[in-house]
Amino acid sequence: MTPPVRRWVFLVGAAGLAAFYLFGLSGLPGFGHYPGPYGFILNRVAVPQTNATGVVSAVNFEYRGFDTVGEEFILFAAVAGMAVVLRHLRGEHEGRQPLDEASDRDLPPTSDAARMVALLFTGPIVLIGWWLVSHAQASPSGGFQGGVVIATGFVLLYLSGEFRVFHRLGPADVAAAVEAVGAGGFVGTGLAAVAMNLPYLKNFLPLGTVPGAVSSSGTIALISFFVGLEVAAAFILVVGELLKQTLLVRGKKR
Amino acid sequence: MDQLFALAVTVPLAVAAAISALRPLFDQRRWLLDLAAIVTAASVVVMLAMIMARVTGGDQVYWFAGFRPARGIAIGIDFEAGSLSAGLATLGAVLVTAAMTFSWRYFERVATYYHALMLIFLAGMTGFCLTGDIFDLFVWFELMGVAAYALTAYRPEERGPLQGALNFAITNSIGAYLSLSGIALVYGGSGALNMAQIGAWTTRHPGSRLVVVAFLLILAGLLVKAAIVPFHFWLADAHAVAPTPVCVLFSGVMVELGLYGIARVYWSMFSGALGHQYGLSRLLLVLGVVTAVVGAAYSFRERHLKRLLAFSTISHSGIFLAAIGVLNPLGLTGAAVYVAGHALVKAALFLCTGIVLHRLGTVDEVRLHGRGRRLRVTGLVYVVAGLGLADLPPVATFLAEGWTDAAMPGWAVVILLGCAVLTGGTVLRAGLGVFYGVGDPPTRQAPRQAQETAEETGETDTGRQITPLTMIIPAAALTCAAIAVGCLGFTGLGPAVEAAAVRFQDQGTYIATVLHSARISHPVAPFPASPADVTAVSVATGLAVAAGSATIALLTLYRRRLPLRIRPWPRAVAILEGFQSGVINDYVAWLVLGMACLGGLIALIVR
Amino acid sequence: MQIFPFIVVVWIVGIGLYGMVTSRHLVHQIICLIVVQSSTYVLLLGVGYVTGGAAPYFFDIPLHTRAVDPVVQALALTDVVVEAAVTALLLSFAIQAHKRFGTLDPQELASLRG
Repeated sequence: MTPPVRRWVFLVGAAGLAAFYLFGLSGLPGFGHYPGPYGFILNRVAVPQTNATGVVSAVNFEYRGFDTVGEEFILFAAVAGMAVVLRHLRGEHEGRQPLDEASDRDLPPTSDAARMVALLFTGPIVLIGWWLVSHAQASPSGGFQGGVVIATGFVLLYLSGEFRVFHRLGPADVAAAVEAVGAGGFVGTGLAAVAMNLPYLKNFLPLGTVPGAVSSSGTIALISFFVGLEVAAAFILVVGELLKQTLLVRGKKR
Repeated sequence: MDQLFALAVTVPLAVAAAISALRPLFDQRRWLLDLAAIVTAASVVVMLAMIMARVTGGDQVYWFAGFRPARGIAIGIDFEAGSLSAGLATLGAVLVTAAMTFSWRYFERVATYYHALMLIFLAGMTGFCLTGDIFDLFVWFELMGVAAYALTAYRPEERGPLQGALNFAITNSIGAYLSLSGIALVYGGSGALNMAQIGAWTTRHPGSRLVVVAFLLILAGLLVKAAIVPFHFWLADAHAVAPTPVCVLFSGVMVELGLYGIARVYWSMFSGALGHQYGLSRLLLVLGVVTAVVGAAYSFRERHLKRLLAFSTISHSGIFLAAIGVLNPLGLTGAAVYVAGHALVKAALFLCTGIVLHRLGTVDEVRLHGRGRRLRVTGLVYVVAGLGLADLPPVATFLAEGWTDAAMPGWAVVILLGCAVLTGGTVLRAGLGVFYGVGDPPTRQAPRQAQETAEETGETDTGRQITPLTMIIPAAALTCAAIAVGCLGFTGLGPAVEAAAVRFQDQGTYIATVLHSARISHPVAPFPASPADVTAVSVATGLAVAAGSATIALLTLYRRRLPLRIRPWPRAVAILEGFQSGVINDYVAWLVLGMACLGGLIALIVR
Repeated sequence: MQIFPFIVVVWIVGIGLYGMVTSRHLVHQIICLIVVQSSTYVLLLGVGYVTGGAAPYFFDIPLHTRAVDPVVQALALTDVVVEAAVTALLLSFAIQAHKRFGTLDPQELASLRG
């Protein structure tokens, strides 16, 4: 289709779809009037049942933990796919310097200030990420959020100067292995429950006494740890793969 | 035992993670990696077969993390397996085992990613079939999708896989997001994510705006996955460029999972509410018929062996939708057996195509004419599978053809039989031409198709002198399995599947089984079940379709010797080819327009 | 204002899809896909909101305080992270496509393939 025709086809379709969608949305109870019962029941029973005061994490890792297994493997598969698609192909070899698309421009060296600030913040950010991962059961945190924050700590290393430092401190092989351990650990926690003749992903670790303490909530804390590992490693891999592309120098023939 | 439900999904995931973690171990030991994958897939087949045996008397429910429902409210996630769901999952696992056997040793591998992605795909398929929770369904749908995108782009050194994977990924993702919107909508109304609980809620609010819109939105992703017109454009692009074992899974099971999803979502969540079944069933029937015709027409024009099989999948997907769409047990029985038979023969056809690619280095039907004479066993399997696709008794497809024809109105039967003849004829044309040199060697070819086939250069180290056993045995075994299933039709397969279909369609039984742990031995579907037995008419129909396909194949191969010359109208052909443009913007525009039309029609029907 | 957030949802879907259909750059199209998914987050969170409800974290508020729905928050949270990775996968397709085809215009990609 030519672009104008396509635009008209789309606009007609979009008008119809929007009208239909709004027609359905108008049947909702209205913003702020959630009818329940799922959310209300969970808010009531989550803390007594799991000793975790962060109900969202309890939902993620306990009540709907099986969904989260699937989501985690989507992440795993996406990163595996990236590694497959961006692998070294015949005719490509890694150059010494990053490929500069605008070679007539003068590339300013990284300023010392930027480098120092980045280095100063890397440690605290990784620490904060770790804090988030280990406090899933208490506060608005958890493996997913914490993992992403840890990964950004590593990205700061790249910003602080050389790609090579980033590559050396977060090498792809180690990250891939850690990611697999994280994913396998989550699935394995459920399988451990199966081995004990419990339903898959049943919380079999002691729940602790104080709700919301770091050592409470049994498997929620453990699962959060594995998820944090996996997400952090996954995003380090993602960023590493994308950055590596800038180093590749294409061979003569396409 | 009960835990098999969880193990069937989590064992492949755990093995995928394990082989990724232990990558150095497999660097020199390719055979160990292949073996691990094949053993895992085979063990999943065994687990699912055991589940299938257990659920023949009634559906089984498994609650994750031990959160059982109370007072009709579910707070955990469940797996709910009936014979049809377990059977479809088993079929998927069988195809994965066959595909992994096919890729033994010769398939170009990248570290451990291929095997891990295939196992993850297997887990996604199994979870999709067995789950009883709508958001869980979405999660497995997404997992299958992402693994599929990655596997499609497996050979990024060629242009085709990248473009195919992009078109596939973007259209399926939009479909998935529309489905998620539907799920959020129905959650906002019912406050539940469990299918049985949602079904109970929608039955209390029949015909409400929210229910109608949520139904179509949830269907959006499933229709895209099932490649129903006008959401079908991605399939040919993706199939043509994905590696052969991956195509086996796409055509054999992934598309059919979209249709299964439609049936599951309708019967467990919306059948009580959308009581206007006549209008809805006509709509699904027409959609299915249109898809079947479009698929058959495009398939006939193709010279790329994989693309013509891909379009024939679209055509069959339309037939399945039509059979499901009549909304009675006989139609669902026919669809279920047809899916099984089609999956087995289509997988065999793709595996044979893979062997051709491995031995001869190309998939262009024109360039391959007569060159396959050395591949005797492959040729035999291909032609038998092709006849199976054309409903020849005793391949299982003839049974299904008989049942679907009995379930549908006459005009639909005529059109769908024509489509089956056309697709069967196309496959037979390809098989006879390539493997037996039948017909005059073709001289001219449309430049566009020549360009496409030129790109497919090979996914293995090609040009080997003998076909490896690990490649031909799965193809032959799948064809034999299709014949075996067909023979089962004479010993009571029909009534057994129909009983399962009746149970599948009884929403009341479903809700009671999941939420109240009831055991109901005599489910009653909304429509009475006509008997599903093997009649002389169905045998005759099967033979007629096979004969028709053979005729079409021979006519096309010998067309230059025919007195009459049928020249397709070039203007019409150009317009038709223009639709399958490969431009992602077009596909999205058609998707939106299609959704708007379906939305309007459904709103009118249910009002 | 009871339906306003949902109108926003439809608007976001609309502009995301419009961007995709009229786009001439693959990376732009992939970002439009993210926009379309963002609409689902707004819908999920909007559906679960309770007027005057607190966040469902009970470490410093009494246990039976009226709180918003935690389920949709959990769903949206995992979806955000997963979507980032899937987008990275699609972008990697775009990178390789640029290397093979030399262009990122979807129209030209299709015509170059034939």
